[in-house]
Amino acid sequence: MLETRIPSGPIEQKWDKCRFEMKLVNPANRRKHSIIVVGAGLAGAAAAATLGQQGYQVHCFSYHDTPRRAHSIAAQGGINAAKNYRNDGDSVFRLFKDTVKGGDFRAREANVHRLAEISVNIIDQCVAQGVPFAREYGGLLDNRSFGGVQVERTFYARGQTGQQLLLGAYQALEEQIAAGRVTMHIRTELLDVVLINGIARGIVTRDLVTGQVDCHAADVVVLATGGYSNVFYLSTNAKASNCTAIWRAHRRGALFGNPCFTQIHPTCIPLSSEQQSKLTLMSESLRNDGRVWVPKKKGETRSARDIPESERDYYLENRYPNFGNLVPRDVASRNAKEVCDEGRGVGPRGQGVYLDFADAIHRLGLETVREKYGNLFDIYQRITGEDAYTIPMRIYPAPHYTMGGLWVDYHLMSTIPGLFVSGEANFSDHGANRLGASALMQGLADGYFIIPSTVPDYIASTKLDPVDTSHPEFKATEAEVKDRINNLLTIRGKRSPDSFHKELGKIVWDNCGMARSDAGLRKALARIPELRDEFWQNLRIVGTGEELNQGLEKANRVSDFLELSELMCMDALQRTESCGGHFRVESQTADGEAKRNDEDFAYTAAWEWKGSGNTPVLHKEPLTFEYVPLSQRSYK
Amino acid sequence: MNLKLRIWRQQSANASGSFVTYQVSDITPDMSFLEMLDVLNEDLINRQEPPVAFEHDCREGICGSCGFLVNGVAHGGQRGTTVCQLAMRFFEDGDTITLEPWRARAFPVIRDLIVNRSAFDRIIQSGGFITVPTGSAPDANAVLVPKEDADTAFDAAACIGCGACVAACPNAAAMLFTSAKVTHLNSLPQGEPQRDQRTLSMVATMRNELFGSCTNHGECEAVCPKQIPLEFIGKMNRDLIRAAWRRHREPLLMPSVVQQPFMEDSHEHSDKHADTQLPADAQK
Repeated sequence: MLETRIPSGPIEQKWDKCRFEMKLVNPANRRKHSIIVVGAGLAGAAAAATLGQQGYQVHCFSYHDTPRRAHSIAAQGGINAAKNYRNDGDSVFRLFKDTVKGGDFRAREANVHRLAEISVNIIDQCVAQGVPFAREYGGLLDNRSFGGVQVERTFYARGQTGQQLLLGAYQALEEQIAAGRVTMHIRTELLDVVLINGIARGIVTRDLVTGQVDCHAADVVVLATGGYSNVFYLSTNAKASNCTAIWRAHRRGALFGNPCFTQIHPTCIPLSSEQQSKLTLMSESLRNDGRVWVPKKKGETRSARDIPESERDYYLENRYPNFGNLVPRDVASRNAKEVCDEGRGVGPRGQGVYLDFADAIHRLGLETVREKYGNLFDIYQRITGEDAYTIPMRIYPAPHYTMGGLWVDYHLMSTIPGLFVSGEANFSDHGANRLGASALMQGLADGYFIIPSTVPDYIASTKLDPVDTSHPEFKATEAEVKDRINNLLTIRGKRSPDSFHKELGKIVWDNCGMARSDAGLRKALARIPELRDEFWQNLRIVGTGEELNQGLEKANRVSDFLELSELMCMDALQRTESCGGHFRVESQTADGEAKRNDEDFAYTAAWEWKGSGNTPVLHKEPLTFEYVPLSQRSYK
Repeated sequence: MNLKLRIWRQQSANASGSFVTYQVSDITPDMSFLEMLDVLNEDLINRQEPPVAFEHDCREGICGSCGFLVNGVAHGGQRGTTVCQLAMRFFEDGDTITLEPWRARAFPVIRDLIVNRSAFDRIIQSGGFITVPTGSAPDANAVLVPKEDADTAFDAAACIGCGACVAACPNAAAMLFTSAKVTHLNSLPQGEPQRDQRTLSMVATMRNELFGSCTNHGECEAVCPKQIPLEFIGKMNRDLIRAAWRRHREPLLMPSVVQQPFMEDSHEHSDKHADTQLPADAQK
């Protein structure tokens, strides 16, 4: 069932070999083939623009009013590339090794190596597009360091790297739209994938302004629809980020990889109000110069500046002398939770630790700190009303990124032929934990370089009968979609979509969040189906389906989170080891670190949908590590 | 806090709209403005009334989705702040707050506080890019970029495309937006080959999309959540003259001095978007 299609041969030759062996489509024939790309973030816009350049008929779909709004835009810190511009010992192999190790040996080696190779081309591409990366006075590119690595390989555009990279891809996409090679469908949401004879041949969408449900046929469908952290309700993701596209594809037969692997980002602004609708990230790059500490004493009430050095616990620097404040995200998050659980957390709710820039300001001067991190300090000031130049920031972990997603092979094709999945929507490359500045790298590697190679190979090597939307499968799927919308609208219960989402989020955060236990997961698995039943009996949507109806949009997405969350908990329950972002309290070392179990769990979990109410089936893709030997991760 | 909200309600592009007054209570100072609207909407759903439609996504001031006029000021008047980042601590118990969508012919209302800003994309389509097919880029350090130029490019590129500049301008001009994009790309050596064509084309599209002309009011800069400076408009005008000169055309009149012909020109379109005209009682 799980054919990975990893090329044979030495790891540094696999991608070249694969590219050479892939079939090509003659330039004159490309316009005869149509490709649907769903999502217009880094992975989607880059793929749509590049496939458009190649000459295919591309249809790109976004639920936003313009492709420039995708959540990739919010990434702050930077993008990695193995350029070794700093002459500090970086190389493709080192980036590869750091990523495999950072992912706690739960990623596929061949994919990760390819990612490291391509990283170099991404920076070239973006610079040529006019992405204004930070520069040295000599005119060369500047770099900085991120968590989990000991080289400076991160390229950045102040604290708005994601925005600038997305604008680069967006502009390339708009150029193709103007050239007529990409048709953009804005304010349009995917609601199902259409399979004909078992292969993906199109999608069913809803126009978010008129409510019209439409079918679109193509030779290939690419999903680039992002991650599902909003299952927690409170996360750093944009409010509209959701799992609907990948979940509906899962229900049609695409296996779901490692759903329980979610990343809790260590540096977010702590929760302040019960009505809070989302959490805001502070870039991890702040840990380059900020020092993390909490008071040594429990229940400390003095303000940070009144606590003398001798009574502060710089717990990351003390416990992890080699990496200090730059330990990987899972380690930093877990340690913050621990000190807060001990009662040493700071801030009004005790759910926070200090990120202190006093030393950096003393060492580098206020102006340098302002230059490097100014906009992040502004964001913090705006939200908390505090000036982090004079009082330390307060930070706490928050759901941020999902390493899980649809299972894909080396070509980024799901288990449904003709359905490709790229960027955060797939499970690939990051294993159980993602290193900082690697998400942008993967989105663009998939979008600019991998999808535009593997999709043409699929087109060239598959016999694709002409189909259009009059095919019975389109009609049947469209009818199912309409039924589902109708069901949601006719419940006419008493609870809003948000109230269900909040309640679900709390269940998932408490039981499948920063730490997972057998008992907690079982509790969640009992509660989620009850909540789902209530949802389908007591949901209230005001308005109709034939208009712009944001309540309907939300309800539709929440209905999928209610199913996905159950699979996350099942996956977490069966994986009785700790690895990366998945910390099982039953599996820790003597000194409280995550303890992996390679004997039993060196595999990717790939779940098969068996219908509503039926237990899904677990398939396993065994992982082997030839080039980065399995070892206990240690940052001490 | 308890607040009175006067909100523009308009069911669809073709429906006529009006202000409707609502009460919200139990608002805390640390809530954001949009969280306050979430509270209102939950309340409306409980009362089986249609919730207020407004656009938002990242809720951290970078995606550019959100934005409407708060008491007549785009994004609510806190410097460098989008409405999603606007905290309720800037309001007081008992305040009456007026909310209305961006008003401009080029931005027709879709529903309530949501407008159609696709005209911005069409400006980008006409030249807001550097043509570089994927895979053909030279090594990133092969072309040196002076730090000052990279910084200028970044300052301009920080634009989030929210449309506040258009909404704040008495002429509904898109000069700050367009000049930000032009300055971003024209400041970099990579953008140089297409510099003239880019400037000419983007300015022409801006006019065709029914945006007004610049008369140097500076309201755009005052409300811009990313604090894009007015000087970029000057830069764009210089680039426009340069482009026209180099192409041996009649020098174009700068968009910031031509007004009358354009304003008259656009009257014929005003019927189409009549419903988006500013109601008399909403004047600043």
